[in-house]
Amino acid sequence: MSRLDGSDLVNGPSSRSRAGEALLDVRDLKVTFRRSGGIGRRASRVPAVQGVSFQLRAGETLGIAGESGSGKSTIARTLMGINQASAGSMRLNGENVGALRGRRLAEYRRTMQMIFQDPYDSLDPRMKVGETLLEAISLRTTKPTDPKRAVEGILDQVGLSRSFIERRPRELSGGQRQRVSIARALCVDPRLILCDEAVSALDVSVRAQVLNLLKDLQEELGLAYLFISHDLSTLRFMADHVGIMYLGRLVEIGTRDEIFENPQHPYTRALLSAVPEPIVRDRSTRLPRVRLTGEPPSAANPPSGCSFHPRCPMAQEVCRTVAPPLRATTSGQDAACHFADPVLVPEPARIGADA
Amino acid sequence: MSALLDVSNLVVDFPTSSGDPFHAVDGVSFQVSAGERVGIVGESGSGKSLTSQAVMRLVSDPGVIAGGSVRFGGEDVLAYSDRALQQWRGSQVAMVFQDPMSSLNPLMRVGRQITESLETHLGMGRVAARARAVDLLRRVGIPDAEARMNDFPGAFSGGMRQRVCIAIATACSPKLLIADEPTTALDVTVQAQVLDLLDDMVSEQDTGVILISHDLGVISSFCDRILVMYAGRIVEEGTAEQIVGDPQHPYTHALLGSILKLSEPIPPRLRTISGAPPTAGRRPSGCAFAPRCPAAVDACLTNDPALVQAPLGGVGQRVACGVVAPEAFAVEQESAA
Repeated sequence: MSRLDGSDLVNGPSSRSRAGEALLDVRDLKVTFRRSGGIGRRASRVPAVQGVSFQLRAGETLGIAGESGSGKSTIARTLMGINQASAGSMRLNGENVGALRGRRLAEYRRTMQMIFQDPYDSLDPRMKVGETLLEAISLRTTKPTDPKRAVEGILDQVGLSRSFIERRPRELSGGQRQRVSIARALCVDPRLILCDEAVSALDVSVRAQVLNLLKDLQEELGLAYLFISHDLSTLRFMADHVGIMYLGRLVEIGTRDEIFENPQHPYTRALLSAVPEPIVRDRSTRLPRVRLTGEPPSAANPPSGCSFHPRCPMAQEVCRTVAPPLRATTSGQDAACHFADPVLVPEPARIGADA
Repeated sequence: MSALLDVSNLVVDFPTSSGDPFHAVDGVSFQVSAGERVGIVGESGSGKSLTSQAVMRLVSDPGVIAGGSVRFGGEDVLAYSDRALQQWRGSQVAMVFQDPMSSLNPLMRVGRQITESLETHLGMGRVAARARAVDLLRRVGIPDAEARMNDFPGAFSGGMRQRVCIAIATACSPKLLIADEPTTALDVTVQAQVLDLLDDMVSEQDTGVILISHDLGVISSFCDRILVMYAGRIVEEGTAEQIVGDPQHPYTHALLGSILKLSEPIPPRLRTISGAPPTAGRRPSGCAFAPRCPAAVDACLTNDPALVQAPLGGVGQRVACGVVAPEAFAVEQESAA
């Protein structure tokens, strides 16, 4: 066992680390981008994801929230192999994803599918919907005896009639295109679907349909979702567990209720109070909101100590110098804040046993 | 109090292959008073942005303003000469867009972009304009304003750029500010800051505001009055409290039902509106919402509802629905076509 895994057991969300049950087990994932130099700029390394750990069980949804530049999409892209991990491990069904080659890698890719924000960019504009789906179905390990009927069945599952087989992406509305993306993902019988801002570009009325569809499919097929979104109310509807990212790190992770009912990290609280809601409120007695000053810092030039401290209303001297680890709180969830009350976790007895 | 802006029966047309023009904005009427904040909410293709562009006379080819009137302080904006229009746009009305980069000149220093408008529209001298520009940048919360005057827009983050746009838009103390999805591209914490800033700037100057957004949360937290648009028409209007607290039109009702709210219990399923908004160029006959409407009756498919006082709504809450307000079918539609 590597040292990385060992240290993870001490600081990490040990209460949640039930690796045996996890469909997806990500440990201390780090992704660094190399930024080439230019005029007046030196080549540099930008740490986009800085040691993120989480587990996702079959049939469940883990929501990841964060603002632009927080690294949330990079996690999904790294799982898909679009970006390269620079450290850490990603295990799917217990297998180390980074070590897979050849047929095993192809198998892994079938287990996990991804849906993007703009389906127009991810569907081949020249291919009819039926062709796109037939192509995807041909990647199955066990080919269906009648691929055409299989395509019809999948279209039915995502709520599209058979007439869509003959249509091309540009003839479809945004919602219909996203349904086709979902259908394509389903073609290979995945266990896990990564949804990266999958409904963010859709109109409100259409978004609701797609969210209901994703929930129905999860129930029917036992799918797990890694659901990435900047929209907290969507995550609250979709997710069983929620992680909040800030500048490449998880600053809080817990069950949906822990995060939304009793947030521990000041950033989570600020995020929640910044969401404008269409509700009747008395203007004179409007609750004071937690307003953050400043903007998310750049990952290329992160602040010292806790990277949230320049914007944090509670920041103290210690926050400027010491980065708080993600650790369990009495409220249940894990939070990375010096002032979220910690729970003293007894050191696991097995630490270092494999070394 | 007479209205600052009076838009009446506005029609914006686009040519179609069939020869009959498509009314992308189809007989829209509303007023904005000094200091009043009017929100226009709608889904894509509802005509909300086009309405604001028509008010500014910024409709681009092949769209044309085909009917109606836009009066500002009693003057007929649609009759303005190009020169009068130019003068009016800079000094009396200003606009903030979703993408700040589209309204900033990337090759001009930010300071100059502000001073230019101060010099042109207010006749300020260089030195005075510069001092005022620094002051404006400071007021919109740009740290180190003096030094940042010399930066190009590319050196600013998205949120900071939008602050610069607000500084430019409010530089000449316009009477009317039109903000089209001003925070849609921003992160939620930055969105809150920018809305607060807009709030401060317009309260200070008693500016009338038209805020356009797809986000009913943004609209209702900022605006006094809300216009709900669907397929080129206003289907409901009322105060923010009336619209989000007691919506009368089935579309407004369904729209609110399909929005998730952090302050409410998590529903097992979301209420949805079947189908999708009509695509551009195709408007169903009768009520445009009828094909998706759970309350629709046969008459809805053929009769065009007018915007009338909602019988069960609050004072001034108007609705274009013949089911909720039978009178809507009785009113002779002043045909825009």
